[in-house]
Amino acid sequence: MEHIVIIGNGISGVTAARHIRKLSDKKITIVSAETDYFFSRTALMYVYMGHMKFEHTQPYEDWFWKKNRINLKKGYVKHIETKSKTLHFTEGDTLEYDTLVIATGSKPNKFGWPGQDLDGVMGMYHKQDLDNLEKYAPNNKICKRAVIVGGGLIGIELAEMLHSRHIPVTFLVRETSFWDGVLPEGESAMINREIINNGIDLRLSNNLKEIVSDENGKVKSVIIQETGEEIACDVVGLTAGVSPNIDFIKDSGIETGRGVKVNRFLETNLPDIYAIGDCAEQHEAIDQRRPIEAVWYTGRMMGETLAQTICGNRIEYKPGHWFNSAKFIDIEYQTYGWVWAQPKDNEARFYWEHKDGNKCIHINYDKNTHEFIGINNFGIRMRHEFFDKILTEKRSVHYVLEHLADANFDPEFYKLHEKDIVSKFNQENSTNIQLKKKSWKRIFA
Amino acid sequence: MKAIRYIGLVIFLTGLAIFTGSLFTGSFSLTESELDTFLDSKGYKSEIIKGVLKKAVVTKEDLNIFQFSSRVRDAYQASNDHYDALIAKYDAEKNWDKKGEQFQYKIYGKPHTLSYDIAKKAGSGVIKENAGLMWWLTFGLSIIGALLFILPNLILLGRKGIKNNGVYHEASTNRGWIAWMVLIFLVTFYLMLYFMPDYVVNWTFILDPISKVLSGGEASQWFVYGFLYCTVMMVMAVRMYIKYRHNKYQVMRTTSVLFFQIVFAFLIPEIMTSLNMPGYDFKNAFPLDYDFFFEWNLDALTESGSIGLFILVWGIVLTLIIVPLMVYFFGKRWYCSWVCGCGGLAETLGDPYRQHSSKTLKSWKLERWVVHSVLVFSLIMTVVTLYCYFSGAEAFLGIKSQWIKDTYSFLIGAWFAGVIGTGFYPIFGNRVWCRFGCPLAAYLGLVQRFKSRFRITTNGGQCISCGNCSTYCEQGIDVRAYAQKGENIVRSSCVGCGICSAVCPRGVLKLENGPEAGRINPTDVLLGNDVNLMDLVNQK
Repeated sequence: MEHIVIIGNGISGVTAARHIRKLSDKKITIVSAETDYFFSRTALMYVYMGHMKFEHTQPYEDWFWKKNRINLKKGYVKHIETKSKTLHFTEGDTLEYDTLVIATGSKPNKFGWPGQDLDGVMGMYHKQDLDNLEKYAPNNKICKRAVIVGGGLIGIELAEMLHSRHIPVTFLVRETSFWDGVLPEGESAMINREIINNGIDLRLSNNLKEIVSDENGKVKSVIIQETGEEIACDVVGLTAGVSPNIDFIKDSGIETGRGVKVNRFLETNLPDIYAIGDCAEQHEAIDQRRPIEAVWYTGRMMGETLAQTICGNRIEYKPGHWFNSAKFIDIEYQTYGWVWAQPKDNEARFYWEHKDGNKCIHINYDKNTHEFIGINNFGIRMRHEFFDKILTEKRSVHYVLEHLADANFDPEFYKLHEKDIVSKFNQENSTNIQLKKKSWKRIFA
Repeated sequence: MKAIRYIGLVIFLTGLAIFTGSLFTGSFSLTESELDTFLDSKGYKSEIIKGVLKKAVVTKEDLNIFQFSSRVRDAYQASNDHYDALIAKYDAEKNWDKKGEQFQYKIYGKPHTLSYDIAKKAGSGVIKENAGLMWWLTFGLSIIGALLFILPNLILLGRKGIKNNGVYHEASTNRGWIAWMVLIFLVTFYLMLYFMPDYVVNWTFILDPISKVLSGGEASQWFVYGFLYCTVMMVMAVRMYIKYRHNKYQVMRTTSVLFFQIVFAFLIPEIMTSLNMPGYDFKNAFPLDYDFFFEWNLDALTESGSIGLFILVWGIVLTLIIVPLMVYFFGKRWYCSWVCGCGGLAETLGDPYRQHSSKTLKSWKLERWVVHSVLVFSLIMTVVTLYCYFSGAEAFLGIKSQWIKDTYSFLIGAWFAGVIGTGFYPIFGNRVWCRFGCPLAAYLGLVQRFKSRFRITTNGGQCISCGNCSTYCEQGIDVRAYAQKGENIVRSSCVGCGICSAVCPRGVLKLENGPEAGRINPTDVLLGNDVNLMDLVNQK
């Protein structure tokens, strides 16, 4: 029987395994050095915050794997011997495969800062990081201050985590405004406010110069490049992005760039070896996407797709319309289609912000054709299906605004702002768009 | 702010301690003439009960309720033993006429209830004489203390939003020692309420004045329970209002359950009683209201003229038409988490424990067996009761009417709904009764599953499998299992509390009433992927 070995038990690898099992009787083994069972990485923060226990982050009960004949092997792959199709583990044992799927995800970036490997310095990515944080920052007596370096999604999550235990946080962000490489100005400013309003010491345009050690090899303070200021702290969180976790692949003959190079079929340069998820790098970016997409959803999609190929229905990875979501402390964020930080030449923008400063929507559309390109919504939930359809049908921004009531996904009885939004658009663009009543027929058409 | 909380906690515990301690106070005895009046009102035929009771309770001794109760129960036992001995004697002598005569002298009823009836007359002491003051020292202090403990959260919890910080770090909400203490307190409370009402007679004295104002009569243990229930719900509703102040669905739902509890379950029945009508909770639907078709209730209703007839018709229409119709349009949430008293307590007092429901497949299987068995049990009981009521028989299909009613009341009414259902909140979660035991929930669930517009919509492919929804589902539904497949949640047990939607960090879940078509939408490949792949896989 063909033996499929998947390295990595994250969302990509597990999705692939589940779908291969649905489609075939092949022998499946998932290898992981991190945990015994699949867990939701995005939920690690809630374990530290006390919203959940670690077991709650595991989407499947323990019996699930045996029942579905998915073997789980705990071990760290040291080397892939592609000629004999053998994995070598650090423990010394080996595992032979017929088909190999590399789904090893990411690892936190370290940019060679002095002191980056001291005790008390950590990323927030692996289960081990969580254990580390619990050790070095269990409360505000042991950790009197934490410094976070890097203003992305993981950075703000780590800030929220520490804040939940009343640990003072200094948040060093290289950019002039939070995540402004991705978020347009209005949204970025809103999140700056959210961070500051939660009592977090946000330092924009600040870079880390070095991390200073105490006599025991544990972090004592950090020094800021721009000002030379030294900030005493007990924990340093390095959250300056992630990169593919593929060090063990070097010298195996598998072509790598920043990640494992794959074609549109998620095939590497070697036969029977595939790569999916965060660690896969497309030779050429698909549409407007990046060659490496370190996102939960794309990992899942690649898993769904690759299962088809492995089970005899060779198909290209063809992701649909872009979507994403996050939560910035108390502000939820969703996006459908593309809203770049800076408008492109053909693009026009419409921005509406609620007077409380915690909700906004930002619509991107074509200046000339008025075709809807994308939306950012903050503090308001929107229906994925609605925008997916809008994008497929290439509807205009006017159509979107007219049917905004169909798009809303907030819980019942929430105050709706559609009228407000539409009237602002009408005012700015001298249009006369009339908001239509919510229609179940349209929503489910 | 924290200091205020601690002061509040101390005041609350003081009130609770006085409330609990009050059970041990007071003195219980009757004068001979009081005893005569009591016995006359009861109309016992036993010739020796007067003698033994007089010896037991007409005394100068300073008896507390526990000593008093024990003496009274012994007296009743002595009387019944006497006649049992005679029955045995005549039986041995084969003197059937004499044997038959003896049964009229026996006194039936639960010993603790008989004891309660006398104790209610026999009590004296600081509580009875200072009911108002005692109210303030017990209810008053507890309410003030609890509010002082809760209100600072408005600031301490930080900006509005989901703040479940520390839920799994605290002994109170993570099955720690505090949770076990609460469990012991609640279980003891329910055991006394249901099985030893005489032990809590002192509490009824505290509430006598309020009861007299409302219904004209003295407070019973059930009045105490009703009043306490409303009080606890009101205080804990304040906690809900603060915790979920950003979520209007939660605010409105909390207001609704509070309204129905106070007005429908508490005030209206009391006022009806004061007007010489049968006290009736108009929202309490059969078969949750399991004794609706019991003989005593049917007799009471048929003897109460037009209002009795109205209640009879209303009760039947409520169960057969209103309830399923509303479930069709809104899901069972309209009842379970907007109207129901059990749901009301679960959603206020029980909210801090909602994460303890088991999400395993095993418990889901167990749930379906148990809850539907209770439904069948309640229906068989009712059929037997009604058959016997109309035919005059004692049994139907070999099942004795009295036996099945007693068994159901004891096992389901008292143990399941009360002792386990509420007492076990801190360990097994706040909806044990609603999930495993409530026959009405089982009935509504069947309608919700097979014929309803209600569903929890999953927002395309946005789920990140974080598990907040499943963790905080009080009904033990593994919400994530559906959401991560892009599939709507249509489950018979869902009471539509809306917390899964509230705690979701990515805006994935929405409770909705929409067209039935497409309500159940199993998917393998989620929205956002290649449309051809979705078609290929999902339309198989």
